[in-house]
Amino acid sequence: MAETALHDIPSAYEPSLFGTYSKKIGMWLFLLSDSLTFGALLYAYSYGRISTAGWPTPFHSESIVNATIMTAFLLTSSLTMVLAVRASVDRNAKAQTLWLIATMLCGAGFIILHGREWSNLIAEGLSLPMFPKVPGHEAASEFVNVSKTVPQFAATFFGLTGMHMLHVTLGVIYLGVVALRRKFIPILLVLWLVAWLATPAYSPFHYGAHVLLIAAIVISIILWLKPKVYDSSDVEVAGLYWHFVDLVWMFIFPLVYLMSAKIL
Amino acid sequence: MDSTQIALAERAAEQQRHHGKALFFYVWGALLLMTAIEVYLTYQNMQPAKMLTILMGLSLIKAALIIGYFMHLKYEVSRMKWLTMTSVVMCLILMTIFFFPDAFRILYLGVK
Repeated sequence: MAETALHDIPSAYEPSLFGTYSKKIGMWLFLLSDSLTFGALLYAYSYGRISTAGWPTPFHSESIVNATIMTAFLLTSSLTMVLAVRASVDRNAKAQTLWLIATMLCGAGFIILHGREWSNLIAEGLSLPMFPKVPGHEAASEFVNVSKTVPQFAATFFGLTGMHMLHVTLGVIYLGVVALRRKFIPILLVLWLVAWLATPAYSPFHYGAHVLLIAAIVISIILWLKPKVYDSSDVEVAGLYWHFVDLVWMFIFPLVYLMSAKIL
Repeated sequence: MDSTQIALAERAAEQQRHHGKALFFYVWGALLLMTAIEVYLTYQNMQPAKMLTILMGLSLIKAALIIGYFMHLKYEVSRMKWLTMTSVVMCLILMTIFFFPDAFRILYLGVK
């Protein structure tokens, strides 16, 4: 049906090669390039794992339960995202905003649980040289030598999951702008202040919170230069990004967490 | 957007309206079910290679469901489907070609 309708659209230019609008094609191209970034990181992790003796298996049942809930949050956020797209094509603005906010809340839940997981691992002694030492915490016995004997584990784990967490954070901000436009900027600034002040100075999230400030500045400039009301095509394109973030986690979760689960 | 882009976006929106919401709930349920199976398998003391194969198989099915239904690629024109998917798969195959000779050597000869 889509094939036959391709040439029915009146145009001053050639018909679209891909039968869809350019914003969507642009997002697909970006996602294809981003999939190679994550592909390379996943291959690097896998290579490190099979080529390194004594690869740690630090994820006990509590971590696995935590990661499973995180997965459920992301999968549910994908459902709410398609419902937001559906509401936007039905021109139901209120439902669209509510489903987008529900998606953002699920994404925020994922980030909070992931942050808690990171903080626990760092407190137990699994860390990177660039992370400040946690005062008053002794490294757990299983991690005492890991940083010295298998430095690839912390490097690939924090690199891969950190990159994904950054994508989720930017996705939540992206959806916030599409859902609330300028109203989202003060919310983002409050979130930045809370994240900055509520995290201890030795936490990587204390510095990571500044991503929110940078995003607020960039969004302010974009909305000042080109204020607009986002339509259903914008919601659909934002949805493509969000589903991609979910898709990547479907590989990180089994490869990083389940394959390194501590079986007692 | 110019009139062509608006017409294309309208057509995409019209395609979305044809799908029932129930389908999205079925896909979501299937994804959750497969995640639960993955977690269950983790605690079955399987051989790592066998477990990795099953987990990656399930992940590929989950990825196909997300791309096909949630990202709506199933309903795009075939040119879009083939060009996007073959290009990314080809690049991942190239990465695999570089990755696997060393991986097999390590698996058979062990870590030195």
